[in-house]
Amino acid sequence: MPQKSFRQALNEALHHEMGRDPTVIVLGEDIAGGAGASGQQDAWGGAFGVTKGLLGAFGPLRVRDTPISESAFVGAAAGAAVTGLRPVAEIMFVDFLGVCFDQIFNQAAKFRYMFGGKAVTPFVLRATYGAGTRSASQHSQALYPIFTHVPGLKVVIPSSPYDAKGLLIQAIRDNDPVIFLENKLLYDTVGEVPDGAYAIPFGEANVLREGGDATIIAFGRMVHFAQEATAILAAEGIDCTVVDPRTTSPLDEDTILETAEETGRVVIVDEANPRCGMAADISSIIAENAFGALKAPIMKVTAPHTPVPYAPNLEAAYLPDAKRIAEAVRKTMAYRK
Amino acid sequence: MTGMQLSREKLLEAYRMMRTIRVFEDRVSAEMASGDIPGNTHLYAGQEASAVGVCMNLVQSDNIASTHRGHGHCIAKGCDVHGMMAEIFGKDTGICRGKGGSMHIADLSKGMLGANGIVGGGPPLACGAAMTAQVLGRDDVAVVFSGDGAINQGTTAESMNLAQVWKLPVIFAVEDNGFGEATASSFVVAGEIVKRADALGMAFAKVDGVDFFAVHDAAAEAVARARRGEGPTLLHIETPRYYGHFSGDPDNYRTAEEKAAMRRDRDCLTTFRRRVGEAKLLAESDLDAVDAEVQAVIDSAVKAARAAPQPPLDSLTTDVYVRYP
Repeated sequence: MPQKSFRQALNEALHHEMGRDPTVIVLGEDIAGGAGASGQQDAWGGAFGVTKGLLGAFGPLRVRDTPISESAFVGAAAGAAVTGLRPVAEIMFVDFLGVCFDQIFNQAAKFRYMFGGKAVTPFVLRATYGAGTRSASQHSQALYPIFTHVPGLKVVIPSSPYDAKGLLIQAIRDNDPVIFLENKLLYDTVGEVPDGAYAIPFGEANVLREGGDATIIAFGRMVHFAQEATAILAAEGIDCTVVDPRTTSPLDEDTILETAEETGRVVIVDEANPRCGMAADISSIIAENAFGALKAPIMKVTAPHTPVPYAPNLEAAYLPDAKRIAEAVRKTMAYRK
Repeated sequence: MTGMQLSREKLLEAYRMMRTIRVFEDRVSAEMASGDIPGNTHLYAGQEASAVGVCMNLVQSDNIASTHRGHGHCIAKGCDVHGMMAEIFGKDTGICRGKGGSMHIADLSKGMLGANGIVGGGPPLACGAAMTAQVLGRDDVAVVFSGDGAINQGTTAESMNLAQVWKLPVIFAVEDNGFGEATASSFVVAGEIVKRADALGMAFAKVDGVDFFAVHDAAAEAVARARRGEGPTLLHIETPRYYGHFSGDPDNYRTAEEKAAMRRDRDCLTTFRRRVGEAKLLAESDLDAVDAEVQAVIDSAVKAARAAPQPPLDSLTTDVYVRYP
């Protein structure tokens, strides 16, 4: 199978779906770049290069560079979705949701319910998330718990190029509003990605590794750290299962509970801040439904409850890493041996 | 075509819609006072010529976005009055099956994208509907009704700029009823509203919202411009607001004299009757007959809404997603 980057996988998904369905459009700030300027057109192809080449393939009516007006273009995407298009809007950084959140959570997310089931809102909002790029507090957050909290939204966090392509195709074909979050430090990661189109269903966790001793549940970039931790732990004779739920809404509770019951020891890794985050949410689901199977308290490895710092040493301390994950697993293993 | 050139049938339709809105709102006010309507409503009475004057220029495939004061827009765009009344009563027969209420009445099949509980929520949505028409090569237009309050929301400013740079077929119908909730627009709106459009190079017009014909003709020009692909227009429509901000608002921030003068001197229904009478377009008896018909429809809508069942409890958890997971 061909090796491709996470970025290329997403780009292929957009090309496939725009080619397949003329109602799919993309819009956002500099998704082509160079509009109205004297130099190269499609100069950027998005701030992270994900939408490169779409302008040439599909033209400016369907590949729309927007003003820096997130409320207007995210809301326009919602309005277009409810009137017959399948818009894919790009917000450069998920941190910018603060200036357009009303259009997401009061408008797009609620049309179907408020209107008594009559609205269909096939709307995808792509955004980058994540710390580790020295970009400080307003360009580094992992805000997926906020979206997960809102009924009517689906939330996707791919961890590999293969998943990125299949989940984005599913997101575009899906008839509900989807928030699709891409960790910017994964764009250059490479993996096997088929050339053709394929959709990965939402709400189906990926079990990357099966081991009998403990379970590590992680999202997005944290899945890679969890994998690193399992290598460290394997050398110590601790064999871990790694579960990537891939979507926080819907959440594959069945797989999570099955693995909790199998191993009885669970560590949840979440790049988000700890309060009301995915680690807390999944902990409560396991505690409520698989309490009897637990051999140790559920451990959470998360960012601290602080904004993301700038200084490299502070940011390194902010993010969970393989070492902290391994340490958490050792603690669960040591509990009432 | 100007409003005065409309056919007899069209004139009667316009009057019927305006009268329907007035009687609907007066009746909702009365039913609210009886305590049988849950929640809250924001009444459109006094502003009828705005919604109807604009919507008489639209066809079903055109879209409108509305506001918390949305009943008039819904009726003018063709929403079923029985379904609306049942919705306001929170019943299963409501246009949104009792899940939306007054502030979220919508009928997408009629091009009504929803009343909206958020001031300034509508302008981006209307831009989206206009973008759909543009991408699919249709000549549909979108109208966003908003108030003088929403003109100070960032969404409005952003959407006006977006519509202008993309030449979207959208009309910003700013209904200036003089008040954002309990605060006079003169206290919170800087400068002239139309100059905000002018600053963007956007076409604009300021019209008397008491005069159906003035609104109709300004909207006709704006809609034609949009259908020709020449971009958006802002209409500043000055209207009275007969009731307070919400039904039950003591409305004590306006004097009794001011309110009495408003109802006496600024009534779009009496203005319409006078103008079509002077021009000998419709007879008094034609209009009286419409009044009687409308009264019967609203009576029937209230009776049906009162008798209708509540939504079944299992509908609480449906309609959140099309499919989940």
